[in-house]
Amino acid sequence: MYLVERRTSPAPADADPGATPARRRWAAVPATVLALGAVSLITDVSSEMVTAVLPLYLVAGLGVSPLGFGLLDGIYNGFSSLVGLVGGHLADRRGGRHKAVAAAGYGLSALCKPFLLLAHSVGPIGALLAVDRTGKGLRTAPRDALISLSTEPERRGRAFGVHRAMDTAGALMGPLVAFGLLRLAQGSLLADGGERSGYDSVFAVSGCVAAIGVLVLLLFVPNSSTTTQPEQSAEDAPAAERPRLRASFALLHRPALLRLTLCAVLLGLTTVSDSFLYLLLQRQLKLPVYLFPLLPIGTAAGFLLLAVPLGVLADRVGRRRLFLAGHLALLLAYGVLLNSSAQWAVFLVLALHGSFYAATDGVLAAAAADAVPAEHRGAGLALVNTGQTAARFVCSLAFGAAWTVWGPHTALAAATGGLALCAALAALTLRSRPPHPSSDEAPA
Amino acid sequence: MTRTSRFLVLLAAVLLLGGVGTVAVLHAADRTARHDKPQQGGPSVATGTVGLTPSGGRLLAFRSMAWGPHRDELATVPADRPNAVRTVSGEKCLRFYAAAGTGVCLRADHGALQDTYHAVILDASLHEVRSVPAAGIPSRARVSPSGHLAAWTVFVAGDTYGGTSFSTRASILDTRTWKLEDNLETFTVIKDGQPYHAQDINVWGVTFAADDNAFYATVATGGQTYLVHGDLAARTLTTLHQNVECPSLSPDGTRIAYKKRVAGAGSASPWRLYVLDLRTGIETATAEQRSVDDQADWSDNSTLVYALPGDTGSDLWSVPADGTGTPAKLLSSAASPSYLG
Repeated sequence: MYLVERRTSPAPADADPGATPARRRWAAVPATVLALGAVSLITDVSSEMVTAVLPLYLVAGLGVSPLGFGLLDGIYNGFSSLVGLVGGHLADRRGGRHKAVAAAGYGLSALCKPFLLLAHSVGPIGALLAVDRTGKGLRTAPRDALISLSTEPERRGRAFGVHRAMDTAGALMGPLVAFGLLRLAQGSLLADGGERSGYDSVFAVSGCVAAIGVLVLLLFVPNSSTTTQPEQSAEDAPAAERPRLRASFALLHRPALLRLTLCAVLLGLTTVSDSFLYLLLQRQLKLPVYLFPLLPIGTAAGFLLLAVPLGVLADRVGRRRLFLAGHLALLLAYGVLLNSSAQWAVFLVLALHGSFYAATDGVLAAAAADAVPAEHRGAGLALVNTGQTAARFVCSLAFGAAWTVWGPHTALAAATGGLALCAALAALTLRSRPPHPSSDEAPA
Repeated sequence: MTRTSRFLVLLAAVLLLGGVGTVAVLHAADRTARHDKPQQGGPSVATGTVGLTPSGGRLLAFRSMAWGPHRDELATVPADRPNAVRTVSGEKCLRFYAAAGTGVCLRADHGALQDTYHAVILDASLHEVRSVPAAGIPSRARVSPSGHLAAWTVFVAGDTYGGTSFSTRASILDTRTWKLEDNLETFTVIKDGQPYHAQDINVWGVTFAADDNAFYATVATGGQTYLVHGDLAARTLTTLHQNVECPSLSPDGTRIAYKKRVAGAGSASPWRLYVLDLRTGIETATAEQRSVDDQADWSDNSTLVYALPGDTGSDLWSVPADGTGTPAKLLSSAASPSYLG
């Protein structure tokens, strides 16, 4: 099984030309994965720098009201995930242009940063954020495809775990860097009322950091066109010429991918969005309002700490099994939230929420990689990811409506029931093993 | 390219971009440093004792926005001579309000990891009596006419993963019992006579009536804003009127000055300053034609004071509340007005 898979993607050897199999076994993850992790880390530092100071910049620097700014969020996210399908498909064409498409995505986001220096009202800033998201949508699937193509199948859980941990570390570092710079540039002045130069320096540095991220990608991530065999891509050339989205959806004829996508959609339909969860946490546990901004940091810390161990565990016990277990952690988090009013429960809920991400985010990508051959990897990963994102968007709308009609407690109870049902259905769906041997259950 | 040359290219780029970043930060620090010195033509400032219960004449208290070492400090001028030398207090506030010897100062504290915010209750001699942590960036502040209740609104960025969703948190503190209602969203909203739930409820811009129980505020839900009548004891918010933001109750308790979102005004300048008569429900547009993004204050029963963007951040303007007259600049380089005495 290992040999079969290796013939379709002899990536580790290409990723690190000097590495012998013995050296590779010694190294925890391939150099390409570390390079991609570094790119994500650097890029997340850059984008979270902007995210962290943006509210302050809008309210204090520009004196505009940020309310209603999030209204288009759902639409941007929906658009971004559709762009993801296009990105995944483009990356697979002509035998693998993952690096080029990923570089275009990272480059697009990097280009937005200097323009923030010129945008002084909500409209242009919103447009720049939309372009930034488009870049994010474009790069996700090719990047995940590169990670999977450069890693031996039995180590993919670990590789994705390392990548996600590095990514989250960047996200946690960004705000620290931003506020440090603001402090350097603003001195003792309060950061508002016509004093914009501090923010300008944050945006300028964010642009520089993003450019370094793109450069690391260009210099240290090998091109995937060498990792796919030429005859295979020639064989699939007609398929590549078909219209983009239809070609991607045609991948659903593969039972393993169909099952996984179905599960991602089912579970996504009952995954309450982070912002709702934090609101519920605050209300149910009656947390003091000033703790609210710290809640996402709790989730991210859990994700960061557990991404690698749970990725390794996924390689041992099976990725689809861990993906389901992750949703059980989420179910447990909902249960605690429904039944507890003790404030300490916030730690439990955030730990469960963080482990949910650690057990599902990279693990789903690893499981999806098992279900698609190398030449369709980008489109396949994009499909699963888009299905999940779209389902979560639908869940947000439904949850918001349920909250309006029934109130928060009943809405959460309904989501909990829904999640339990969907998890049971997903377990049934995933139990039937795919017929071909690239199952992830037993490493060679 | 060999491994070494790739690292060399990266090193060169890091040095180059690091240089660009350093220049950007130094340039910003330099501009800030220049703003830390008094500017020519700016208002005259003198350090002194600022009290919230003036013994002389009536005072106008505000946040001084003049460039120089006393920027952002709470300052006062005689209400009838706003262009006299301003007395600065050393107390820095992003937003301030005072009544009957009680002040509320919304303050930013620069921490090692991130900025934190506090609502600080000040007594008549500006001593800190109580400090309450706030969840986000200060927006509005008010004190009830008796000085017993203080309210503030802050902006909260929902979650750092999503990025761009914002909400408000409005809080009311009783300075006699220190009972804190730290999220008015938990009050029961009564819309068109029915209890109303929604996850997207935001409350902001509290203004108090004279009885230390009733208040008015803005509730936003489903893309619409409402003027609500709040009852602190009953914990309810009852909708009264649509399209009202940042209400400010007149001293006689009969009218609400507010910002109204007007059609066709463009997204950069969406609001106009209006006055609503609470008995008749009649809306009157003031003579101010520019977009006002502030919670106005009443200098008496017929005049409104509010901030508009200015050279150093903001200036204070005044306009008659009955729709007549023309707006006039009251004071340059100032924000957050409140009248003392």
